[in-house]
Amino acid sequence: MDIKRDYYEDIELFRSGTILVWSILFLIFLAIFPWLIQKYHPLGFSIYIANLIAVHAIVAIGLNILVGYTGQISLGHAGFFAIGAFTTVIPILKWDFPLFIALPIAGFISSIFGFILGLPALRLKGPYLAIATLGFGMTITTIIKHMEFFGGRMGLQAPKLEFLGTPLKDIHFYYLIMAIAVLMTIGAIKLMRTRVGRAFIAIRDSDIAAEAMGVNLTYYKTLSFAVSAFYTGVAGGLYAFILGFINPESFHLIMSITFLAMVVVGGLGSIMGSITGAALMTYLDIKLQAIQDLPAFGSALVVFSQKYMSVSGISNIAVIVYGLIMILIVLFEPLGIFGFWIRTKKYWKTWPF
Amino acid sequence: MLAQLIVSGLAVGACYALLALAMVIIYKTSEVLNFAQGEMAMLSTFVAFTLLDAYHVPFHWAALLTFLFAILLGIFFEVVFLRQAKDPTVLGLIIITLGFEMILMGFAGWKWGPDQRSFPFPVSNIETYNFHGLVISKINFWTIVVSLALMFVLFLFFRYTKLGTAMRATQQNPIAARVMGIRTKRILSFTWALSSLIGAVAGMLIAALGILDPPMMMDPLLKGFAAGVLGGMTSLPGTAIGGAILGIIENLFGGYVSLAFKSVVAFAIIVLMLCIKPSGLLARHYVKKV
Repeated sequence: MDIKRDYYEDIELFRSGTILVWSILFLIFLAIFPWLIQKYHPLGFSIYIANLIAVHAIVAIGLNILVGYTGQISLGHAGFFAIGAFTTVIPILKWDFPLFIALPIAGFISSIFGFILGLPALRLKGPYLAIATLGFGMTITTIIKHMEFFGGRMGLQAPKLEFLGTPLKDIHFYYLIMAIAVLMTIGAIKLMRTRVGRAFIAIRDSDIAAEAMGVNLTYYKTLSFAVSAFYTGVAGGLYAFILGFINPESFHLIMSITFLAMVVVGGLGSIMGSITGAALMTYLDIKLQAIQDLPAFGSALVVFSQKYMSVSGISNIAVIVYGLIMILIVLFEPLGIFGFWIRTKKYWKTWPF
Repeated sequence: MLAQLIVSGLAVGACYALLALAMVIIYKTSEVLNFAQGEMAMLSTFVAFTLLDAYHVPFHWAALLTFLFAILLGIFFEVVFLRQAKDPTVLGLIIITLGFEMILMGFAGWKWGPDQRSFPFPVSNIETYNFHGLVISKINFWTIVVSLALMFVLFLFFRYTKLGTAMRATQQNPIAARVMGIRTKRILSFTWALSSLIGAVAGMLIAALGILDPPMMMDPLLKGFAAGVLGGMTSLPGTAIGGAILGIIENLFGGYVSLAFKSVVAFAIIVLMLCIKPSGLLARHYVKKV
């Protein structure tokens, strides 16, 4: 049943009928999601959450290509995210570029930065790479903050999107983001099944062995950084339009860590895991940011905060929960949700043994 | 002007050096890069602030209690989180420290809110000393003095005490150290306590030089890493010198080139240093076997 007879079977997108059916069902769900949700929740906010999840999923996939598949650490993805956001908004604002040109350009500019960051990464291992990328992320936001061209400390207002003269509505933007997210997911899955993806995985498992097998380390490591930065840059461009407003202060270190948390929670080296992780963590974050609105528990928490903590900082509980989840995942389930899924699947397959 | 910039750079550099020393001590002993160092220092500083501000404890007692808190915090992190990790990868360890960083950051944000405060340090940051025309603010002067004194004590501790020697032995070869009868696990906890203590001193000095709010250690954390990289993440004297050099270069850059892009210097130094001489300023070249 699982035997592969030729190479093309190994690289095809849907490995079995089951996966195909579930994928189609999922796509249909995405398509009718606005109608489903309309009855129970305000449409605008639900679409906002869905958009945010899609954007975070793109970032998580991009970061997973780098961290999960190639085995390089990055704590600077908020930097690429910021580059993507600003290089999408500025051409549209200043030179009236259409989104469909500005977005890929932003992705490419971001991937050039990824390539540049990949160069020192060739010589750096583990912890040192973490330091260098951490510095990169913090430096990019500093530079953006101090340049008038990027709107300085105040940031930029994202323009209203238009398509052939008619302004784009929320719901259209939702479909646009979903289409881009699905395309990029398919792209990532395909990429990981080809020569390039296998080279990434070989580098992760042992870069010296990979080099001995003829994998060009310089080429593939920088390529991995570039691809990862491209994904993050495109996501950053979309993010600017979701928020409608970008300012350099929001692309801080915590954001990079959040991205890493999504990848780790979802599962290193799994595209589906990245999507699940992004969805879970984004939803959790939004719920926890407004923790005082929860029934019963929320008001008790406010009273507690008034007595011992501060009410103005109550949304920081989200940060605490994030940190706890990261630690617990590493301690108890290093492969994240994906690992849990694999174990469950194996358990049922071999049941009752 | 030049001498002025160098002196104030030296004061900031001394703080970076302390923070970097705290990280390097940990890195040498357990190969863990402590991204939570800054936030551990920040939390300790906030504890000191609360003792001083809300309970009106005299400064020396507040400082002592804060040091005690820092020591307990370090041991707590090592015992509760790091020790539980079975056979962790480099990424896993980094993520644990990042997670701890977020917990501390969230806790401080929850407890003390996002307001910026000034840290009530007993030395004024307006009054100045005047050494033959070289004007130095009191706080800069005392920062340098305190840091140098602490570094000297550290040197004595590692050189002459039994515990310090045991720590050095553990750093060099944990298995051999265990064979010699050193309780390496306990030494590891001690190392975290020591590192957290040094970090707390650095945090209080940095808060005294600037402001006190939850994200205050973000920038110094990167600077600390830069100083550590200058010392090759292994050599303590190299790290101390690296911190001083970083502080001076940064201040000169801020004074003569551009104040806005001052914090880019640290990143440039990290990348250059890692590419050209990853083993640090003082360390001999060391290549790891496959």
